[in-house]
Amino acid sequence: MATASLSAATDVVVPGSADEAIAAFGDGDDVLVVGGGTIVVPEMTYGRLRPGKALMLARTGLDGIERNGSRTTVGAATPLEELTGLPAPLGPCAANVADVEIRSQATVGGNICAGEGHEAPRGDLQGAFLALGATVRSAGEGGIVEEPLEEFLPKRRHRLLLSVSYDEPAAGAFAGLDRPHTHDYTALAVSGARATDGTLRLAATGAGWWGVRLPSAEAAADDPVAAGEAALSDVDPQDDALASAWYRAKVLPVLVRTVLDELKGAA
Amino acid sequence: MNVTVNGVTHEIEGGPLTPLLDVLREELGITGPKAGCHQGSCGACTVLVDGEPRRACLIPSVYAEGKEITTVEGLGTPEDLSAIQEAFIHHYAAQCGFCTSGMMVAAKAYIDRGGTDDPEAIQEALGGHMCRCTGYAKIIEAVSAAARGDSFDLTTTAVGKYTTMTTGGAE
Repeated sequence: MATASLSAATDVVVPGSADEAIAAFGDGDDVLVVGGGTIVVPEMTYGRLRPGKALMLARTGLDGIERNGSRTTVGAATPLEELTGLPAPLGPCAANVADVEIRSQATVGGNICAGEGHEAPRGDLQGAFLALGATVRSAGEGGIVEEPLEEFLPKRRHRLLLSVSYDEPAAGAFAGLDRPHTHDYTALAVSGARATDGTLRLAATGAGWWGVRLPSAEAAADDPVAAGEAALSDVDPQDDALASAWYRAKVLPVLVRTVLDELKGAA
Repeated sequence: MNVTVNGVTHEIEGGPLTPLLDVLREELGITGPKAGCHQGSCGACTVLVDGEPRRACLIPSVYAEGKEITTVEGLGTPEDLSAIQEAFIHHYAAQCGFCTSGMMVAAKAYIDRGGTDDPEAIQEALGGHMCRCTGYAKIIEAVSAAARGDSFDLTTTAVGKYTTMTTGGAE
């Protein structure tokens, strides 16, 4: 079928280390990075992606979770299933993704870098990592850069994500719409985390084309009901295959309130 | 590129990005894994990769190189069915049959890693598998029975009674 001819037209590179992957990625021009493949393989099957080069990360050793004091670093090729036992918001957020077979194949890098799809937003984990104030290491034009996830997200398509790091929060919470059946994407979810210095971060997945912080809700966090309403000014929900903008606008305040109540309970 | 399926190593011609499902069905003629959605949404193509359940439609062939692939054909034979296959027959867990091979492969992996007969745990393990006949209750009963190690006499419980799938011909 079409994929055979696609394969023939695509230069497939299977690096055996992170250094080889970085060299093969270069400036990222016309390079498709394949982690687990759960998102991009169907895109190629259905002819929506025709990369000049496919960079396969499975044998790069870019997987694994490392802890150094309070700092946790997750490799880009780590399967989502390995995150499910972590504290909120990340653990329950990862557990809310698809099903165990998909989670065991899908990778953190693929999830963070996927972003918008043709039918719906993607990037289930973006909200949880934003709430944790995560930073990411990536390679590409200009070499290896470490920067906040918020700054990385708009340019994620042109970078090779290597790892994502965050400090364990004092408290975390996650609330999302019920997990959809099988291989679907998060329709709407809110993550919250209170850092050890008291900083509160709230972020949403599914309220725009990629994960966004909710600064207005953060500013009103002392009143969870008001914060929920305030969150609406931070997002631009859209109609797509998973939910309508109207529905998301109705549910977002509830999820924000739920997360803030849970964080209060954990204080 | 070589791919080992049900203990037999095959040299394949499909490109490295060709989904494993297409290699199995189109090139090797192994049709147990079903091509339902081709985007990882239905679970009908599930195979074991080194014992772990994976959607064959989502695996680029190059990722299958050097791995042991097991399809439903590798679980048992008509003369020597595996426990999960017997349980599916006994409990009438197959209706149209399209989801059945993926369900059984995933159930085998669940039981092999120590899964119990707890229905909620089974639902979690099989959560990526759709049955468009909505026969979930019977499927979960079958997996529970296999997880418990129940044994069945299919000559009395299945043949000509619950199913046309025979182990030696209906009397």
